[in-house]
Parts: sequence; C-alpha cells; structure tokens
Amino acid sequence: MKIKQLSVFLENKPGSLSAPCRLLAKAGINIQTCSLADTREFGILRLVVEDTDKAKRLLQRNGFAVKVTEVIALEVADQPGGLAAILDALEGTGINVEYAYSLTGRTKSGHALLLFRFSDPNAALQVLKERNINTVGSEELTKRLKG
Amino acid sequence: MNMSKNREIPPLHPASTMDFLPPAQLRDVQFTRLKIMVQRAYDRVSLFRERMNERKLKPADLRSMDDIVKLPFTVKTDLRDTYPFGLCASPMSEIVRFHASSGTTGKPIVVAYTQEDLDDWTRAVLRSLAACGVHNGDIVQIAYGYGLFTGGLGLHYGAEALGASVIPISGGNTDRQIMLMKDFGVTVICCTPSYFLHLIDRAGEMGINMKELPLRIGVFGAEPWTEDMRERIEAGSDIKAYDIYGLSEIVGPGVAMECVHQAGPHIFEDLFFPEIIDPKTLEPLPDGEEGELVLTTLCKRAMPMIRYRTRDITSLEPTRCVCGRTLRRIRRIGRRSDDMLIIRGVNLFPSQIEAALLKVEGTLPHYQIIVDRQRDLDTLEVQVEVTADAFSDTVSAMEQMQKRLVHSIEGITGLRPAVKLVAPRTLQRSEGKAKRVIDKRIM
Repeated sequence: MKIKQLSVFLENKPGSLSAPCRLLAKAGINIQTCSLADTREFGILRLVVEDTDKAKRLLQRNGFAVKVTEVIALEVADQPGGLAAILDALEGTGINVEYAYSLTGRTKSGHALLLFRFSDPNAALQVLKERNINTVGSEELTKRLKG
Repeated sequence: MNMSKNREIPPLHPASTMDFLPPAQLRDVQFTRLKIMVQRAYDRVSLFRERMNERKLKPADLRSMDDIVKLPFTVKTDLRDTYPFGLCASPMSEIVRFHASSGTTGKPIVVAYTQEDLDDWTRAVLRSLAACGVHNGDIVQIAYGYGLFTGGLGLHYGAEALGASVIPISGGNTDRQIMLMKDFGVTVICCTPSYFLHLIDRAGEMGINMKELPLRIGVFGAEPWTEDMRERIEAGSDIKAYDIYGLSEIVGPGVAMECVHQAGPHIFEDLFFPEIIDPKTLEPLPDGEEGELVLTTLCKRAMPMIRYRTRDITSLEPTRCVCGRTLRRIRRIGRRSDDMLIIRGVNLFPSQIEAALLKVEGTLPHYQIIVDRQRDLDTLEVQVEVTADAFSDTVSAMEQMQKRLVHSIEGITGLRPAVKLVAPRTLQRSEGKAKRVIDKRIM
C-alpha cells in the first residue's frame, strides 16, 4: 500500500520553513510526519498529512512549488537487524532507496514505522509482499497515530 | 457563455487600408509629412535648430526621403537634458497629455501629446490590434499599467476605437485578472509576455486551465522576448501570441505590430519612419542587415523625434510579408544595445540566458541575472524560479537540473554561471516587466 506524500520546494534561508507550516496550521491540517532534505541553497520539505489534496491545493494557491509523490510505510522490528532485514529483501532487485525517514508518534509496541521512497514503488511492493514484510496504508497509519 | 475559442479571421478593418498603400504612394506620404515635421521642429525646438545649423542644413534642403540621413540623431540623454519640456514643439495650450518613463534613477523621460497626436496614436494601436485579428465584439483585458506608463492607456484607446469591449484592469492583482478572464470570457489579453506566463502558472494553481478559456489572442510587448517564449506561451494557453513594439519616446505601443502571420512586427511607416544604422559608425545599413533601429516620427506635433536612436538591435526584413502589407517588418527584438553586459570580456545578452533556460526540460521562464565583481573577477549568477512542473521530489534530481541549466547557459554564452534555484515568485517584477539584470559592479 502506498501513501501520498507532499514535497514542497523551499529556499534555504531563515523563515522559509515556517511559511508552509503556518498555512497548514491555520487550515487545521495536521502534519502526521515530515522530513527536511537540505542542500546549501535549497531544501525539500516532505510531509504526510491526512488530507493530501486539500493541503496541496492550499500550498499551491499560496505560490509554493508542490509535488505529490508516493512512499511506502513499513513496519520495522525495533531491534538490531530490523532495518537490515528489509534492505536484504531488496538486495539484488535493482530497486533503489531514494530516501527514508521515520514516523513520529506512537506505533505498535516493539515496532517502528519507516517511510521509504523507492525508485520503483510497485516493484518494491511486490518484493516486500513476497517476503511477508508488512506495509501500512493511509487509513491504518492515521488510526495508529491517533490510537 | 460560449467557452470555446473562435479562430475566425475577421474582415479587414477600414483603418487597415493604410497598411497596404502602394510603396510609391507610401513614400510620397512619408516625404510630405517629413518636410512638415522637420520645418516645425526647426522653427520651434532650439535643440533641433542648433544641430541642423551646425550641419549647415535647412529644412528646405530635404529633397527626397533619402535625405533623411542628413538629419542629426536624437538620443535618450537629449530628453533627460531638456527635462521636462525642452523638446516640446507645441504650446501648453495645445498639449493635452503627458506620459513619462518609470525611470528608477534620476529624472524620468517626459513625452507630450496634442489631441491630434493622441488621435494618431489611437489609430496606430487600432491598426495594430486589427492586424492580429482583434475585432469589434472581442473582450479585451488590458493588464499593462495605466498611468504615466504608455502601455495601459495606449492599448486602451486603440481597443476602444476598434469597438472592442475593454476591461481596464491595469497591472497586478493576478487572482482578480484570472477571475475576470474566466467570468467575462475574455478573448484578448494585453500585457508583458513574462506576466502572461505568470498568469498561466497562477491559473493552473487556481484549477483553471487557460486552454479551455475563450482567450485566443495575446498582445505582448514592453520587454524583449524570444521565439522560445512565444512557443511556451502558446503551448501553455492555446492562444496566438503577437509581438507589439513601441517606446514612449516615439509614441508608446503601436509603433509596430505583428500580423496574423507572426512574422515580425510591421512598422506603421506612414507615421514612424524606420532606419537601421551601424551603432558604432552610425552609417545607415541596407534592409536585411542587423543594426540599431532609428525612428523618426512623421506626424508628432507636441514632441517630434528626429532620427531617434532606440538602442534596439534588429533588422528590416527585405521581403514582403505574405499578408500583403507594404509596411516593412522588423525582426523581433531580442536584445537592446544597452542591455548588453560585458562579463569577463564576453558579451552577454539577457535573451541568451532566456534561450538557454528554455532549452532545459521543465522549462523555467522566470529568471534574474546578477553580475558582481569579487576580487577583480566578474561573477555571473542566474537565479531561476522553480515552477511546479520543474520541481522534483529528490535532491539529486534538482541538482541534476541545476547542472543542466549551468551547461545550457555555458553552451550558449561561453560563460559558466552559478545557478541558484529560488522559490516561485520571489524575483522582482516592476510594472509587470520582469527585471532581468542586476549589475552590482562598480565600474
């Protein structure tokens, strides 16, 4: 199951991160998780929110360059070798991990939730399914973050 | 309201008949008008009289249109030096309007009009609009600034005289521009090409597809633009983009305008006589050769201009346009002789940067060139606004795009720039005109 993620272009300067966050706050859109990739000059803010389309429209209306991308949320055992097991599954498939970050908030005890952006999300899903690695969809994600 | 685009070409407007005068007759009209104008300028404007006297030239010495090359040139600084009314050939009692340049430093350049001047200008704009297919029944949104700038009011009166329905919205307030464009079923937009690209982007963000609106004609000018930009505009909005040319010193917009064939603006030669000169030797060049455009107003009363050096680099097309107009065409102006930057000894025109940016996938039309000097070495930075289309989610893809932009610019200009990606709509725009160059060097 894939999860929609919003990416927002930011300039790397004071104040540029707060502008989109304030907009979302005013509209009552909760950020479920986020990560920030940065270079010396610019940054990419990645967000998972409950209502992706609404957030996208809001940000676009306010002049931000926004893209929706699909990421995959995986349950990873919170113990040594948890992440390695997932990467092992992908070994030799030619599927690249573009980036990954962890979800904030409480999840099922003994497990962490990680978000992955794969070079080929559909192929990745297939491989993960074959190896019985659990993916978490949007609804399930929302439920877990709230519960 | 019918929201589809009407592509019919209207019958010729009566005012357009002047566009088709037989060449010999056009020459007669030009020469008759030139003699009257020069006599008037000689009698009433001391600067013109003194310069002609220096050359031992009297108005009566003009025997044919070819003798125009004997007349002295006028340059922009002449307008500054005689600020505000030194070049006026009419008493204040006959002057009914002023316009002025937006000059950011020092005094503006002032131009004056009698009622007859305004009538001539209105007719030139009417003929401009008619040439690209605008007609009575069109809804024309004028998004050029109204006020001292000639763009807004110039287009306004011409469009009204044509019988079009005018929306005098002026510049700025983009969301309202788009709302009216959609709600009124606007068919013709007049603004700068860079502002229209901004309108396309913004409409997209608002969920409005410009291609589905009745809009079919764009009258774009007031800044140099390229053929690549025309393609991008037309692809993004499904309209026809036409180049209107003009400058306040001569009259404002409507000095020249493209016909439906989009083959370069036709100069309204019965009103504004064009020459091309070599900007270094000041010698006239034959049709077809590139040089600086020089214009002489043949009818202007309040402020005649004799051989005004426009600084625009172009050529006069040696061939007749397929539309049949006898008016010569200028090649679209991509650069001005005073736009040229010399960076590390290399000549650079902003239009080259624009062409380089538009070549790269995920085209980026909004840019600014920043030239500086650090430790005696010129630096070239190009700031580019990231558009939603060009934005991609990974750092590596963005950095690759940055590299492609650097290579493209280096390939075209021979200069290796620093390319900086900036957020949408962060670059300065003034009066809808994109500010393309910031030169911080102290020479």
